[in-house]
Amino acid sequence: MGIRVRQPGLLTTVQDTGRFGEYAIGMPPSGAMDVFSYQVGNYLVGNEDGAAGLEMTYLGPELEFTEDAVIAITGAEMPPKINGEVAPAWEVIAVESGDVLSFDYLGSGARSYLAVAGGIDVPIFMHSRSTYTLIGLGGLEGRALQEADELEVGEGGDRSDRVGKAVDEDHVPAYSKETELRVIIGLASYRLTEESMEEFLSTTWTVTPDADRVGYRYKGGELKFVEREQPAGAGADPANVVDFGYPIGSIQVPGGVEPIVLMNDAVTGGGYATIGTVISADRDRLAQTKTNDKTRFRSVDLDEALKAREERRQQMVQIQQALS
Amino acid sequence: MKRTMGRSVETELPQARYSYGGDEYVFVELAEAMSLKVNFRAMAITNRLREEGIPGVTDICPSNASYMIRIDPYELHPDDLISRLKAIDEEVGDVRGFELETRVVDVPVMMEDPWTHETLMRFRDRHQDPNATDLEYSARVNGFGSKEDFIEALLGSPWLVTMIGFVPGLPWCYQLVPPEEQIEVPKYVRPRTYTPERAFGFGGGFAVVYSVEGAGGYQLFGRSPLPVLDVTQRLKDFQESIVFPKPGDIWNYRRIDREEFDRLEAEVEEGTFEYKKKEFVFHPDRSLEDPHAYNEEILGVLYGN
Repeated sequence: MGIRVRQPGLLTTVQDTGRFGEYAIGMPPSGAMDVFSYQVGNYLVGNEDGAAGLEMTYLGPELEFTEDAVIAITGAEMPPKINGEVAPAWEVIAVESGDVLSFDYLGSGARSYLAVAGGIDVPIFMHSRSTYTLIGLGGLEGRALQEADELEVGEGGDRSDRVGKAVDEDHVPAYSKETELRVIIGLASYRLTEESMEEFLSTTWTVTPDADRVGYRYKGGELKFVEREQPAGAGADPANVVDFGYPIGSIQVPGGVEPIVLMNDAVTGGGYATIGTVISADRDRLAQTKTNDKTRFRSVDLDEALKAREERRQQMVQIQQALS
Repeated sequence: MKRTMGRSVETELPQARYSYGGDEYVFVELAEAMSLKVNFRAMAITNRLREEGIPGVTDICPSNASYMIRIDPYELHPDDLISRLKAIDEEVGDVRGFELETRVVDVPVMMEDPWTHETLMRFRDRHQDPNATDLEYSARVNGFGSKEDFIEALLGSPWLVTMIGFVPGLPWCYQLVPPEEQIEVPKYVRPRTYTPERAFGFGGGFAVVYSVEGAGGYQLFGRSPLPVLDVTQRLKDFQESIVFPKPGDIWNYRRIDREEFDRLEAEVEEGTFEYKKKEFVFHPDRSLEDPHAYNEEILGVLYGN
């Protein structure tokens, strides 16, 4: 045993890098929404890549440690407290058996991550510990944490020498209420009129309350589809296409209003025209936006997307090296 | 690039669209319109790609008239993958001579069952025709004189599983009949917030079995007593995968009464149920040439007449 859940928070789930390779059966990857924060948490406590942690959304949980542990909190600004005393984030801290970890109200961002030396030890289901609540698999019994749950922590050995190690301030992200997300336009973008594509890219969109692990829905404009006689099998609405696969990060616009960016627990396919995809490097920041935040989408080409991916990887390598 | 395909029968191969899905996906839309031929191409190309085992490919996801590949761009540049896919596409061509090692499966459904009936009545305000049932409406818009004639067309010929997804285990099925006989129905005007699991539904040109309870916009015609998803992997058909359907499966929806529904449901409950199925090598050429005659043969393999 390792952690007893005194209060679960709004939505706290066990997540790791995700359940890849199962798209063909309709299984989305799940996994930590903000990969950067999750991964840096593991670097801090000295875990192997892919060790499971907790993703804590909007309102943090209250957790009691039932054994000594070495932990780190990263991600959204949700100030951690040990036994009521403020504790640092983005830094390795030691807790003793009986200590209670709680969180202050959310400042900037949306999701915080708890990494524990040894990782959260729930059963591996289809090569991942990530929770996928829709059909109830992975994580702890396939669901978000509840009061009185007990979580095992894996064997990590003595990591007390890591206590006090911290992420360099330059690498700690600042989460703003206004975000620009880079997008590769494509997929079925030919379905939108040229004017609507321009409008999509020039509009400042607002995150609606419909913003969760499945996807983020935005409001702020109305987009039009190119008129056509609907092709066989597509269905009658101009937003409809012959059902196809949806990449993670892909953007669809059902009915021409309220674009949706699909995220880690998304449906894997369907019949709405997709118009582009948010690049992987920017999905971490997307995952840190919340209802009423503003978002703009900027079109980039593949080279810029790959460059951004490489820069993010380099940054993570630097952080990992500095902490080892 | 041709913009509209209409609903006419395809006479030539449409131009495929290759597209990046961000930095991690390549998405290929083979055609805007659904047809059996285009699905065979999607399957042939993705099967070939799977056999090649190219490093850096993490997901291969065949869809109805398209397919999607997830990659690790450090190992495989999206443009290199696209070059390879275009070459495979040429090799596959119009799928002449393509063989599919698959299985034929008996899938019982109870039409107009009490559960989907209760559901569709509850969401009448979201439907095109609040004064008819989904089945009555769909029969009418497809020009059938009666509900029974419509059911006969739906259940009279087998279906190809052309895609799995939306949620785990949900099969999209396209009927193995000539284009002019394909049934097509609109989706709900506004999606329902509830659909019972195992509901047999229809939207656009596709029949589905809802793998889990949840939202949905397809017309509701009936219900299967059998799961298509079993996370606990209790039943024999689920020992290798939590999902029963496979792309390329040929399913024959067979009408059953309440008595058989209850009996099969009880077998599932006891854990003794196993789908009736037969191995089969499917020849798309033959299906495209004379679908009805080939379907007779397929059903003969399944039911042993």
